Amino acid sequence: MDFSFTEEQDKFRQEVRDFLEEEIKKGYWEPTCDAWVQGFDPGFTKRVAQRGWIGLTWPEDYGGQGRSHIDRLILTEEMLRYGAPAACHWFGDRQVGGAILSFGSEELKKEFLPRIVKGEAYFGLGMSEPGAGSDLASLQTRAVEDGDYYVINGQKTWASCASFAQYFDVYARTDPEAPRHRGISEFIVDAQSPGLSRIPMADITGTEAWNDVFFDNVRVHKRYLVGEKNRGFYQVLHQLDYERSGMERLMGNYPLFDAIIQFAKDNKLSQEPVIRNKLAQLQIEFEVGRLLIYRVALVMEEGRAPNWESAMSKAYSTEFEKHLAGVAMEVLGPYGQLKLGSKFVPLRGMALHSYLGSKGYSLQAGTTEILKNILASRRLGLPSS
Amino acid sequence: MKLTLTEEQEMLRKTARDFLADKCSKKFVKQMEESETGYSKGLWQEMAELGWMGLAFPGKYGGGDMSFLDLAVLLEEMGRACLPSPFFSTVILGGLSILDIGSEEQKQEYLPKLIRGEKILTLALTEPGYHDYTASSVTVEATRDDDNYIISGTKLFVPDAHIADYLLCVARSKPKNGITIFLADAKNPGIKYTVLKTIAGDKLCEVVFDQMPVPKANILGRLNQGWSAMQKIIQRAAVGKCCEMVGNIQRVLEMTVDYAKERKQFDRPIGSFQVIQHYCADMATDVDSARFSTYQAAWMLSEGLPCTKEVAIAKAWIGEASQRVFALAHQIHGAIGATIEHDLHFYTRRAKAAELAFGDADFYREIVAREMGL
Repeated sequence: MDFSFTEEQDKFRQEVRDFLEEEIKKGYWEPTCDAWVQGFDPGFTKRVAQRGWIGLTWPEDYGGQGRSHIDRLILTEEMLRYGAPAACHWFGDRQVGGAILSFGSEELKKEFLPRIVKGEAYFGLGMSEPGAGSDLASLQTRAVEDGDYYVINGQKTWASCASFAQYFDVYARTDPEAPRHRGISEFIVDAQSPGLSRIPMADITGTEAWNDVFFDNVRVHKRYLVGEKNRGFYQVLHQLDYERSGMERLMGNYPLFDAIIQFAKDNKLSQEPVIRNKLAQLQIEFEVGRLLIYRVALVMEEGRAPNWESAMSKAYSTEFEKHLAGVAMEVLGPYGQLKLGSKFVPLRGMALHSYLGSKGYSLQAGTTEILKNILASRRLGLPSS
Repeated sequence: MKLTLTEEQEMLRKTARDFLADKCSKKFVKQMEESETGYSKGLWQEMAELGWMGLAFPGKYGGGDMSFLDLAVLLEEMGRACLPSPFFSTVILGGLSILDIGSEEQKQEYLPKLIRGEKILTLALTEPGYHDYTASSVTVEATRDDDNYIISGTKLFVPDAHIADYLLCVARSKPKNGITIFLADAKNPGIKYTVLKTIAGDKLCEVVFDQMPVPKANILGRLNQGWSAMQKIIQRAAVGKCCEMVGNIQRVLEMTVDYAKERKQFDRPIGSFQVIQHYCADMATDVDSARFSTYQAAWMLSEGLPCTKEVAIAKAWIGEASQRVFALAHQIHGAIGATIEHDLHFYTRRAKAAELAFGDADFYREIVAREMGL
């Protein structure tokens, strides 16, 4: 066992921090909760790309750096610590690029990976549907072959980053006769395709967090089929393991964590035994969760896809995020209810935002219940229900 | 970063697990709980022959030159087996403390015997009344009398004192802030022992010192400066307890999952019910997180890195994680797990004792708060 980072890794972390602090100093942006998924800043994405920090682990052939998953975790950990607006490239970098790399044709890899790496291709997801949430295999969006094309019809929902997405990673049914897990395929769809339309949807914080995405006879060339036809469900499981694997599940609202500790110190609240106890408990939960997430990166480093490991770290971490928001509201007392823009609002409204926003954390990318099912079957070998 | 054991550590684990599976049945554990001494001299000797007592000591004292991290692996297996023995008292509390702060002469005198399994040591630290592992809680007095110190007062919850050959006695040698650790002959007529009846069936004692003389040559470490050494000793003991607890709750998770697979109700294994599956998933998360935070602290101690915060996190976390694990383990086991015939209670009872030892979650949360600058 070794819980330390190498000198190079420490140096890299410092390099990322210096970059982010410089960005903040220049007034490009300020640390914000949920900025990894809601902070759209093409300039920031471009500057990150110029450093070679998108597609960090990908092979050099496709513009990547071939670096380790630990390096990538260090990079994203610092992005989240500083609440950096990384939403433009986050999905492409975290999972869609990886899916193309794992399953896509050489042609697809050459078309998309270098552009993701340059910060020039933004992705959204087309997985969930009104009738297919946890039971994703029941999705109804259809893709029908027509010569060199597939014609897609249906509706996707809860699509994060969809307003700015230039492409969607879409799962659609290609064989309605097959058992439902075996009739789904994955496509990369240009967001500008005729027949594709988006309607933004506000979450309970008032943020336009998602879109409904409608497909009305959207034609997609066959070369944008990712992987094998009808193998899409197995590919999405693989992709979801990566989607769940990262530090954003623990640190999505990290700027609030820093801010509430500082608030307690500044207001002498940290002398109160009850508040000390609560904040210390948060710190403990945070550090423990961090180890669960580093374990996931180490699994990937061994060349294995994370599975129950990322189910565990995600289920754990979203509880931490909720707990953090809850404690922050308790520490702020009645001030916690004030919205951004109100007189007296503390901490730029981050506590209120996280308190409401965190309700969704344990739903997206696999509900906690689904994740515990995965743990029960894959880790513990319990019989299916 | 690496979260797996080395090949040697895996071998050590396997040897220990096989040995203890053979020698330390629950029947044996029960016998030891009911016995006066609480341990088997024969088994103790076999453990010494396996090199367990000497594992983490330098070769020049007869030790195995291995690290505290290696010892952590062994402690985990002992926790897994509910091993009743004075190993923790002798090695973690006694021997490693001597190695830390003893003079070369003291090391030569005590360590080889300890390593050969000939001598049992323990630490007399806590006292009656509220004890929070701070220097101010130490009231047992040591007063100078020529070449001796005379020690008077009462220590409580001293493990294995009734069978010990030597006691590390923590005493107040100066009214203000002067704490000294003395290496006392445990058979001194100035000491009286009462073995307490405890939840874990381990042998915690009341130890009364009545004008016990200790030669000043038996001061361990520096006169009046003992508390800073004690902090490290307490830290190591806390991590050691965490390691035992990791082994304990890992085994309980396995027992519970096995039971959920076998036990049938409504014509199906109860482990096929989602509520039971989620309980088990929660247990696994608590076990893994406790394991990583414990081994992080053990690794840092082993590397000699400052780790006040990490030790505090490990002990605070596992204290509460283990409570959650046991609440669910008992719920899943149903009534059979509440009977004295079933093995689960051996683990339940030991986990609570370990949780209380060397600082509970509240104690360590306060340390984390200080480390956060609160």
